[in-house]
Amino acid sequence: MSPIISVSNLSKIYGSGFKALKNINLDIRRGEIFALLGPNGAGKTTLISIICGIANPSEGSVSVDGYDIIKSYRPARSLIGLVPQELHTDAFETVWATVSFSRGLFGKPKNPAHIEKVLKDLSLWEKKDSKIITLSGGMKRRVMIAKALSHEPQILFLDEPTAGVDVELRKGMWEVVRTLRDAGVTIILTTHYIEEAEEMADRIGVINKGEIILVEDKAKLMSKLGRKQLKLHLAHQIDAIPPALAPYHLMLSEGGTELIYDYSTAGERTGITSLLGDLRNAGIRFSDLETSQSSLEDIFVSLVRQV
Amino acid sequence: MNYRAIRAIYLFEMARTWRTLLQSIVSPVVSTSLYFVVFGAAIGSRITEVEGVSYGTFIVPGLVMLSVLTQSITNASFGIYFPKFVGTIYEILSAPLSYFEIVIGYVGAAATKSIILGLIILATAGLFVPLHINHPIWMLTFLVLTAVTFSLFGFIIGIWADGFEKLQMIPMLVVTPLTFLGGSFYSVNMLPPAWHTIALLNPVVYLISGFRWSFSEIADVSVGLSLGTTLGFLAICMAIVWWIFRTGYRLKH
Repeated sequence: MSPIISVSNLSKIYGSGFKALKNINLDIRRGEIFALLGPNGAGKTTLISIICGIANPSEGSVSVDGYDIIKSYRPARSLIGLVPQELHTDAFETVWATVSFSRGLFGKPKNPAHIEKVLKDLSLWEKKDSKIITLSGGMKRRVMIAKALSHEPQILFLDEPTAGVDVELRKGMWEVVRTLRDAGVTIILTTHYIEEAEEMADRIGVINKGEIILVEDKAKLMSKLGRKQLKLHLAHQIDAIPPALAPYHLMLSEGGTELIYDYSTAGERTGITSLLGDLRNAGIRFSDLETSQSSLEDIFVSLVRQV
Repeated sequence: MNYRAIRAIYLFEMARTWRTLLQSIVSPVVSTSLYFVVFGAAIGSRITEVEGVSYGTFIVPGLVMLSVLTQSITNASFGIYFPKFVGTIYEILSAPLSYFEIVIGYVGAAATKSIILGLIILATAGLFVPLHINHPIWMLTFLVLTAVTFSLFGFIIGIWADGFEKLQMIPMLVVTPLTFLGGSFYSVNMLPPAWHTIALLNPVVYLISGFRWSFSEIADVSVGLSLGTTLGFLAICMAIVWWIFRTGYRLKH
């Protein structure tokens, strides 16, 4: 199936000479949840802004469902709903008015039933006649999502959707996003909460300093780069690792009371069994052990550091 | 054409007017009434007729123009500046909208407001002085043309401004002086010859003159010249707006 968004050789140089995007090539698949990860200033928002028509590209092109975003901006933009990072709202409008306004802007005929559904899905129905200025930050965020969904988009951009939203609400929003995906909407989200990408995304792209450094299925990425760690709490403190254990590249920490062993789950052998055997031979006893798997966050941090 | 979007922007902007009724309608009406009391009644009673009409009646077209000019600029500049300021402009830019449609929505609403305001002020003036409109069609034509032209001008200022100070600067420092010196309260023919020549460089003279002619057939310059100047200024504003959208000036990075 052809990608729903196709970005080719896209570059963006701001007036100040700052190169925000460098030759980006990226395809977004139809119906997936794509998470774009990157540190602050990596170019996430710039990329979204160009696709949505808020910023002009310096070089390269983007097509949305086959429509060029510059030449055929009308059909291209009609497909897209955008929830920007900042809470930009009309303070004195009511929730109902502002969401209906968005639908009008996208040229869709009035459909109170749809607006009602969107507001109910986002738990905003009780607030429909409230002025936005009276809402909490989390509610304002949901109003912005409601605005983006008001015109029934095929593609939804969520730029840091859950920033400043409490845990319960965040879970509720993930639920909404999943429902949308099940309905066939393609979702592109940027986030600082790696947990969010880990939980939600089908594929993950990592962007740093204006360059896409990796695009991968989440599961593959986790297993490819996922490192596991075994921690052994020693019964007695030791001063140094016995030479016999050198092949395991162990690390001694906590003042000689803890041994750390890094291993990969990608290979067939983890080496744990032989390590434990060799420990016993060396006369090192342990009182407890724990294993942990590197999270996407660790993967991400190590990726960004490499560049 | 995305008519629904034009309608949405237009109604949104008009709703803002009704929400800020005191500021948008009541305050200009009050200040114009004050001009009538001060210039029309108090000072005007000591001035004899100007070119055959009483001073109070003479200043009506100028006062209407004064309000229409300043309000068109204020309404339109604020209308587009505010979304830029609070960030809601993102939605306008990301919607399937042509620039033409955006301008029709914003400028249409701003012009509508100042036309309504102009008519209210005219009605208010009728309470103070006798009014006679010789050419009502021309009066409306000048009113609409001026409202649209200066709303476009205000739209340009709103896009150019990157702070509230700049938003106020052009109306305060340029438009108000030009309007006061443009013959709102006197005929430029009353000026000494040197000043008369300088006054004719002021574009507002032509607007007010044409507008006044539609009331009482008194004019400082010919009606054709008035109409031509107004249309010329309209064309200049349209060209600038076209350039703004073509380049994304101060709207898109």
